[in-house]
Amino acid sequence: MALGNATTLTKLFVVSLMMFGFGFALVPFYYKICEVTGINSGAEQVLVKNTQVDTSRWVTLEFDANTNAGMPWQFKPAQRIMKVHPGQLVQVDYEVVNTSDRAIVGQAVPSYGPRRAGAFFKKIECFCFTPQTLAAGERRRMPVLFVLDPSMDKDVNTVTLSYTFFDTGAQAKTTELQKDLPRG
Amino acid sequence: MSTATTHDAHHEEQRSGLMRWVFTTNHKDIGTLYLLFSLLMFMVGGAMAMIIRAELFEPGLQFVQPQFFNSMTTMHALIMIFGAVMPGFVGLANWLVPMMIGAPDMALPRMNNWSFWILPFAFAMLLSTLFMEGGAPAGGWTMYPPLVLQTGNAFPFLIFAVHLMGISSIMGAINIVVTIVNMRAPGMTLMKMPLFVWTWLITAYLLIAVMPVLAGAVTMLLTDRNFGTHFFNAAGGGDPVMFQHIFWFFAHPEVYILILPAFGIVSQVIPTFARKPLFGYASMVYATASIAVLSFIVWAHHMFTVGMPVTAQLFFMFSTMLIAVPTGVKVFNWVATMWKGSMTFETPMLFAIAFVCLFTIGGFSGLVLAIAPVDIQLHDTYYVVAHFHYVLVSGALFSIFAGIYYWLPKWTGHMYNETLGKWHFWLSVIGMNIVFFPMHFLGLAGMPRRIPDYALQFTEFNQIATVGAFMFGFSQLIFLIVVMKAIKGGEKATAQVWEGAEGLEWTVPSPAPYHTFETAPVVK
Repeated sequence: MALGNATTLTKLFVVSLMMFGFGFALVPFYYKICEVTGINSGAEQVLVKNTQVDTSRWVTLEFDANTNAGMPWQFKPAQRIMKVHPGQLVQVDYEVVNTSDRAIVGQAVPSYGPRRAGAFFKKIECFCFTPQTLAAGERRRMPVLFVLDPSMDKDVNTVTLSYTFFDTGAQAKTTELQKDLPRG
Repeated sequence: MSTATTHDAHHEEQRSGLMRWVFTTNHKDIGTLYLLFSLLMFMVGGAMAMIIRAELFEPGLQFVQPQFFNSMTTMHALIMIFGAVMPGFVGLANWLVPMMIGAPDMALPRMNNWSFWILPFAFAMLLSTLFMEGGAPAGGWTMYPPLVLQTGNAFPFLIFAVHLMGISSIMGAINIVVTIVNMRAPGMTLMKMPLFVWTWLITAYLLIAVMPVLAGAVTMLLTDRNFGTHFFNAAGGGDPVMFQHIFWFFAHPEVYILILPAFGIVSQVIPTFARKPLFGYASMVYATASIAVLSFIVWAHHMFTVGMPVTAQLFFMFSTMLIAVPTGVKVFNWVATMWKGSMTFETPMLFAIAFVCLFTIGGFSGLVLAIAPVDIQLHDTYYVVAHFHYVLVSGALFSIFAGIYYWLPKWTGHMYNETLGKWHFWLSVIGMNIVFFPMHFLGLAGMPRRIPDYALQFTEFNQIATVGAFMFGFSQLIFLIVVMKAIKGGEKATAQVWEGAEGLEWTVPSPAPYHTFETAPVVK
């Protein structure tokens, strides 16, 4: 009898210790469940709540990338063409490589075609907001996150977003070069 | 084991005065200690409820500051749940489980002594926070972060008090399981056990499974605040809603821990006074087990407003409603036991019948709250307060009253004063309904809980509730008098006490001798 009580006691004590551990195990467990079933995706919930999307029309977006003359960077969008609804949250990645053997600071400047479409690009996040420093040989993927304002004119069906990187570190040289460039 | 226990216990008897109670390993002494402690905490928690209701008698701030008001709601809940109801049930289990299964004592008498004596320290720590800088915990008994992390110096006291209560409950539960599994008299098969023993066996398993999870959750709170972890801190990659998931994984089974022993008590009392065996014994056992299993998959119905996906809301809504099925089986069985019985209405039976009626009302308002779209409207309103007081006051508490009136003659050897008992019952049952019924309407009208002030249109119902609260509160003094009178003296009780009482505990004389069933009885 005494042995029986001690055995049962030990078993139950181990169970309660395991349940203490289980309390902590619940933390990764819940995260995993949410990840697998996708029931706790914050981004998705933001999208669901966005009722401004105009699903009745499509706009074709073209992405273009250039570097200023003589700048030793390779710069290109991950995707050239995309079809979106106005109001939809859009993300597009650009890839940039510094092919020189020194660090260079660059600043991207956007331009739009047609030009007045620029007013309807509501950018949430863009690599063009700040100067970018790339070490020698560095490769980087940079996002642009934006919403195309649904109030954009109905007759605009294709918009081009073009970025040009300028070397901000080489001010003097740039001004020299600019002299040679045609105006406009 | 049994000879060793008896040997120790004989030494125990030679102690006198206070030391007898400090060192006792006798299940009857420890049961008495638990019950007296529970009664004390019931009075303390009740006083806090009176402060809450006094403040809510009129809109605006009358007597207390909002911070203190919130401390009162927090402490009232912690004290009533962990200090009054749980120790009350454990006290009943200590007294009755060994006597009902024909065992000489609990299986682990020294651990039993520990389980009890941790509690006064836990509650001394918790109550001491009332006098601390920053005040007592005021973030609600659910301890949601980040609010609870703003508690002042009281915070570590709250956490360690909860740890101690948890350790006490786990040890008590382990003791009860070992006793029931190993110490039954020959012939006392599982399906012959009285229903009180069955419900406690299942409750004890629930306690062992979920109290450690609560200990884990509050430990995470402690390390989040003091040791730089980020379990619930969004800035460090954690998630505050995570706490709610872990907490309710504990706390939903916990609400069944607070009600399953009540089912057991009522299942003992009703057959006695209906003079009929319990209707559907086996279905009662299976229903209890089903409720316990289901309790693990419904936790998120406490959190419908945190932003769950619709699929999860539907799952928790339907699984919650499923619990009404085994609970309905139980209510049906109690009514069927009374059907065509030769009923008499002594105080224990009155409390048991009130339990069946009022717990069912509480169950129905629970079903209303289980409906996710309705709950989003009613969440954190007085409707919720009304619901859980119907299941905890007229449920858990009334069953404890029924149990105490039922077994008091067995413990003291004296009949309690039936007239005073009836006064206590009627004032309690009327008072209780006056307090909590108007809260349904307040909640439906949108009055939020845990706020010391309210909009003017809620005044009348709040005044009714406060009048009822004081009626209910002061009528508990009658209970105190009844118990004290029965301890001191009164009409001698027979061994069987009640004409229709059946079971091993009624075969020993009243008062039950210090040692019972040293030779195990044979159950046919």
